[in-house]
Amino acid sequence: MATTPNAATPSDFTAHAQTLQRRKAGADEVAHLVTLIAAGILLLIAVLLVYQLWILSAESRAKFGWKFFVTDTWDPVAGDFGALPFIYGTLVTSAVALFIAVPLGVGAAIFLAELAPPKLSSSLTFVSDLLAAVPSVIYGLLGVFLLVPLMRKTIQPALKSTLGFLPIFKGPSYGIGFLTAGIVLAIMIVPFVLSVSREVLMAVPRDQREAALGLGATKWESTWKVVVPAARIGIFGSVFLALARALGETMAVTMVIGNNPRISASLFSPGYSIASVLANEFSEATGNLYLSALIELGLVLFLLTFVLNGLARLLILVTTARGSGVLPS
Amino acid sequence: MTVRLLWRKSLNYFMLSLTGLCALITVSALFFILGYLFWNGGKDLSWSFFTRLPAPVGEEGGGMANAIVGSLKLLFLATLFGVPIGLLGGVYLAEFGRGTMPFLVRYTADLMNGVPSIVMGIFAYAMVVMPMHHFSTLAGGIALGVMVIPTVLRNTESFLRDVPRALREGSFALGANKWRMIATVVLPAASRGILTGVLLALARVAGETAPLIFTAFGNRYWSPGWNQPTSSLPVVIYTYATGPYEDWHRQAWAAGLVLLGLVLLTNILVRTFLTRGAAYERS
Repeated sequence: MATTPNAATPSDFTAHAQTLQRRKAGADEVAHLVTLIAAGILLLIAVLLVYQLWILSAESRAKFGWKFFVTDTWDPVAGDFGALPFIYGTLVTSAVALFIAVPLGVGAAIFLAELAPPKLSSSLTFVSDLLAAVPSVIYGLLGVFLLVPLMRKTIQPALKSTLGFLPIFKGPSYGIGFLTAGIVLAIMIVPFVLSVSREVLMAVPRDQREAALGLGATKWESTWKVVVPAARIGIFGSVFLALARALGETMAVTMVIGNNPRISASLFSPGYSIASVLANEFSEATGNLYLSALIELGLVLFLLTFVLNGLARLLILVTTARGSGVLPS
Repeated sequence: MTVRLLWRKSLNYFMLSLTGLCALITVSALFFILGYLFWNGGKDLSWSFFTRLPAPVGEEGGGMANAIVGSLKLLFLATLFGVPIGLLGGVYLAEFGRGTMPFLVRYTADLMNGVPSIVMGIFAYAMVVMPMHHFSTLAGGIALGVMVIPTVLRNTESFLRDVPRALREGSFALGANKWRMIATVVLPAASRGILTGVLLALARVAGETAPLIFTAFGNRYWSPGWNQPTSSLPVVIYTYATGPYEDWHRQAWAAGLVLLGLVLLTNILVRTFLTRGAAYERS
């Protein structure tokens, strides 16, 4: 057998190379396995999350069944739980938030994508990203001490005297309530509408705009009749994403909604949301049925946001994938 | 005809200025929030705010030293628990994943990112608080850690994918095997982006209140070790702001200013100095 490099035969080289190759491949397999385990842990956490929510809400699900979603009593002492006021509060505040945030966010996105010079556009987007980073509890703090008095003294009386004939603007002005919570939520979700809408608007090809302008359209007409329709599915996606945020938002809403489980047509009325009741009552829930009713609310919230997020991602994917081309039919 | 043209032109200017107004309102919200917090919280920030324990209920003065330390401990646990899993998971997606598994992981990560933080709190409650029968720093840290994972994972993946092919091929050509290539060439090349993602994810959970209320709970004293309930800045802001005392409200403003200052400062520093044009994938 060869002992010096000079005398090595070709077969020695291959043997050596093969063991080296095997050792390297072995190391690669270990690395693969380690990273696979990490990725698997994420899946495991997701499965455990669903499992825990399902198992721990079993008592409440067995006792109340579907009735849980249509009754409006929430009586921990008597052990009688219905989710309707919370579902109502969550949906109403989110609707108010969307009503304000969608026009504002899409309008700002149009400005940033179509009009603003690139430098201004990117620095304003930067500011909007920072706005998205502001913690929820800070919004709550401003809500409690700034917005609530303002609503009570100025905005709600003004709305009552001008639009008071509508049932949604009737009733005493407490300051706290659905409307205040909705406004705080609106400010919180605008950045999400804005950044996603801006991206999908910018993905619309330049030719589309130039063709519209070439046909004599004004800048606004080319934007509103050509660019926005082309990006409309992605904009819907951004709205769903923002809605999912609004539904699950906890602290800011808890601090201004009034925490009173009741259903009222008036937006001035104090209410309650799913996330708020969890924040307020979870740590002091006595008895298994109480806890399990709260966890069932958590399950409802999880499923709602799960579906909305899935839908949003699909819509955004569809528009950006189509970015190369034709108008949607 | 000219009337119509005039109408179209004025509509054009009107609507375009309206979009500008929308942008102005949105952007000024941040400056307004910041200014208002400075105005209200600035005057109550003092040295004792950072060094003293809360005063007994009803008494004036005191500080939030325990909440600041509590928040840091929670963030440490979140980093310890969330970052390695997110990082390695991201490496898996970008470098190893084949078939349906990566799709599943990616999709799960995106959905987990959208799960309301309070539901993550229920998860940590079920996994840690219920078996241990008491609130603890550990439970809070795990709640935050779980929230860090999906963000870090997706962010790591996207930055690893941006590393040019030529770098990988170069390292292969020098005889490196795959994990060596990843550890010594690809990861260092993407390190800035990955660090950005980690820091922004931590800045986000640093302000989270909802998942801490029934995991880390709260504490008016120091919390030794990891096994007892602990105070944290966001939860203290919530308790103080909704509490009945004038002095509490003042301290809530000061704490709010500190929290917002830290979160925004991290965001600004990271986004301007670390990324250099690399976009951080949010939500």
